[in-house]
Amino acid sequence: MSANSGKLLDVQHATVVFHIGSLIGGTRLVAVNDVSFSLESARPEIYTLAGESGSGKTTLSSLILHDLNPTEGKILFEGRDVTQIRKRNEVMDFMKKVQPVFQNPFETFNPLRRVEEYLYDTAVNFGMAANRQDAAPVVDETLRQVGLSLEEVSKRYPHELSGGQIQRVSVARALIPHPRLILADEPVSMVDASLRMEIVNVFRKLRDEQKVSVLYITHDLATAYYISDRISIMLRGFIVESGPVEDVLDRPLHPYTRLLKESVPEPAPQERGLWAKHIELGTTEVKEYGRVGCKFAGRCPQVMDICRKADPPDVEADGRTVKCYLYTEGARQRPEAPAEPLD
Amino acid sequence: MALLSVENLRAYYRTEIYGISRTVRAVDGVSFELASNEIYGVAGESSCGKTTLIKVISGTIKPPLKVEAGQVRYQFGLYDVDMLHIEQDELRRNVRWKEISYVMQGSMSVLNPVRRVVTTFEDIVDTHQIISDRKMFLEQMREHVNKLGLPPEVLNLYPHQLSGGMRQRVAIALATVFHPRLIIADEPTTALDVVVQRGVLQMLKGIQAESGNTVLLVTHDLAVHANVADRVAIMYAGRIVEEASTEIIFNAPSHPYTQHLIRSLPMIGDRSSKAGLGGAPPNLANPPNGCRFHPRCPHAMDVCRTEVPEMIMLEGGHRVACHLIKGAAR
Repeated sequence: MSANSGKLLDVQHATVVFHIGSLIGGTRLVAVNDVSFSLESARPEIYTLAGESGSGKTTLSSLILHDLNPTEGKILFEGRDVTQIRKRNEVMDFMKKVQPVFQNPFETFNPLRRVEEYLYDTAVNFGMAANRQDAAPVVDETLRQVGLSLEEVSKRYPHELSGGQIQRVSVARALIPHPRLILADEPVSMVDASLRMEIVNVFRKLRDEQKVSVLYITHDLATAYYISDRISIMLRGFIVESGPVEDVLDRPLHPYTRLLKESVPEPAPQERGLWAKHIELGTTEVKEYGRVGCKFAGRCPQVMDICRKADPPDVEADGRTVKCYLYTEGARQRPEAPAEPLD
Repeated sequence: MALLSVENLRAYYRTEIYGISRTVRAVDGVSFELASNEIYGVAGESSCGKTTLIKVISGTIKPPLKVEAGQVRYQFGLYDVDMLHIEQDELRRNVRWKEISYVMQGSMSVLNPVRRVVTTFEDIVDTHQIISDRKMFLEQMREHVNKLGLPPEVLNLYPHQLSGGMRQRVAIALATVFHPRLIIADEPTTALDVVVQRGVLQMLKGIQAESGNTVLLVTHDLAVHANVADRVAIMYAGRIVEEASTEIIFNAPSHPYTQHLIRSLPMIGDRSSKAGLGGAPPNLANPPNGCRFHPRCPHAMDVCRTEVPEMIMLEGGHRVACHLIKGAAR
């Protein structure tokens, strides 16, 4: 047994570099930059990767699904390097154990096919049922786990279902082969708030009852706080802060995490003040990618000279890891709590 | 005087294919008024008729959508418009974009992908007035965009060169070229990140505060309404079930559906278990009798299954359609 046998998923220093532009004159874009984290096999959990669009969340999920090879670093699933899984039965086994749920359900389903066909196909292809007739109870059972039933979706095409319903169908599809890890990429961003809770509750139930781990990729910090055990905040390819969700979101240390938390609208009209504080939106994303040093330096209210010169180190502080010069030894200041709300 | 008054509006989708006719009652008896200088939020699940309501009040009624009953009247200063009987030509020339403009969810579909942003501005202005001096027009557009906090360079870019948040802000800039009295924003920030969402909504709110026009904000995200809207209407299955000021909706909701929605909102700092509402929104081709919420309502009584609850006025402009409230008032 290798040293990694206790880990379900182990991402080690994963880096992905994309080349933009022509062969000669292009620029490098580091979409995922030296990212490491792991999920324990014995302790199923919901792990959140949060960040804005363009922070590298989806690229990281492609790495884990082995749609993409890392430029540097390794992704180990149950101790095996995912890039080495090539034999057909091994690939099938990997696909059975790691199931994705994608962002836009209207793009995942063929508009000319009935949605139930996907569920039957998945059940038959992964050997959960011998044929279509046998698959019906399997399909119905998984649909019921997400609050639907076979009766409701049968004979319907994707456009005949609402965004919430069809996303729940795609969660149901992922549940059919009884996976060990579900990789959910923005599963609720297209779904109504009232149905969101149903979907995230499904993830909670899966973790508690069926010991399935969930890698929850989102920009919605409110649902992330509600379901996850640990969280990593991503910014332009880096993980800037990671730790137990209560530590990170109740008392954020990184200035970027503070900005994110403050921007989540609170469902309480009496607390409008902080959210209504005017913010400037960064106009150019690609510029931030190319920045030397901390990627947030251009927007950070507590920026120091050193931030613009070199990548900040990972610092252990207050129960989490934070990538910021503010918390290094001998830094100019070490604010205990957010000193000033961000502008 | 209300800017817009909608009375008992019924808009159905009627289809007949191979002799099988089907009626989807997407908007079924909706009444409300919009005053000038307010932000009115409409919330509800998908397929509750929000978008159909917008289609009717913006005059985009195309088959199979048909207005069965009701009235939609605008009062733009001295100019009265009956939206259900207006000539298409008149609507296009004098009302749409001049008095009512529309910000959609996917702003990519508003901007022509093969033309520069400025060309789209030109097209829209050209429909309403003759551009005699192109130089002056460009200058005006630059000024307009600049005032909204966007760099004027965006005018010379193509839509794909802009980020999602930037595109949405360009769409808002486009919608405000003529300083319309009513801006309809249909899920304007649903696909955006929280930080960008905050920026876009702040911009929309800033425009409203400055020019004193009315914004009809449609989104299912109640947390957005809590931070932006002055009044909120909650729709369920083609009807408005509750309408009140934002404070009342969030702090003292009366309808069981609203109560459930507010209770189930996730918040940072709260990990207590929150249940989703059981069941599914009703099929509007065959809605339940009586109160349409009764199959999912925890307080359903016999009367709810047979009689449609009437809208009841409570204090402070609070309206609610529920038999429970009626019982208490008697």
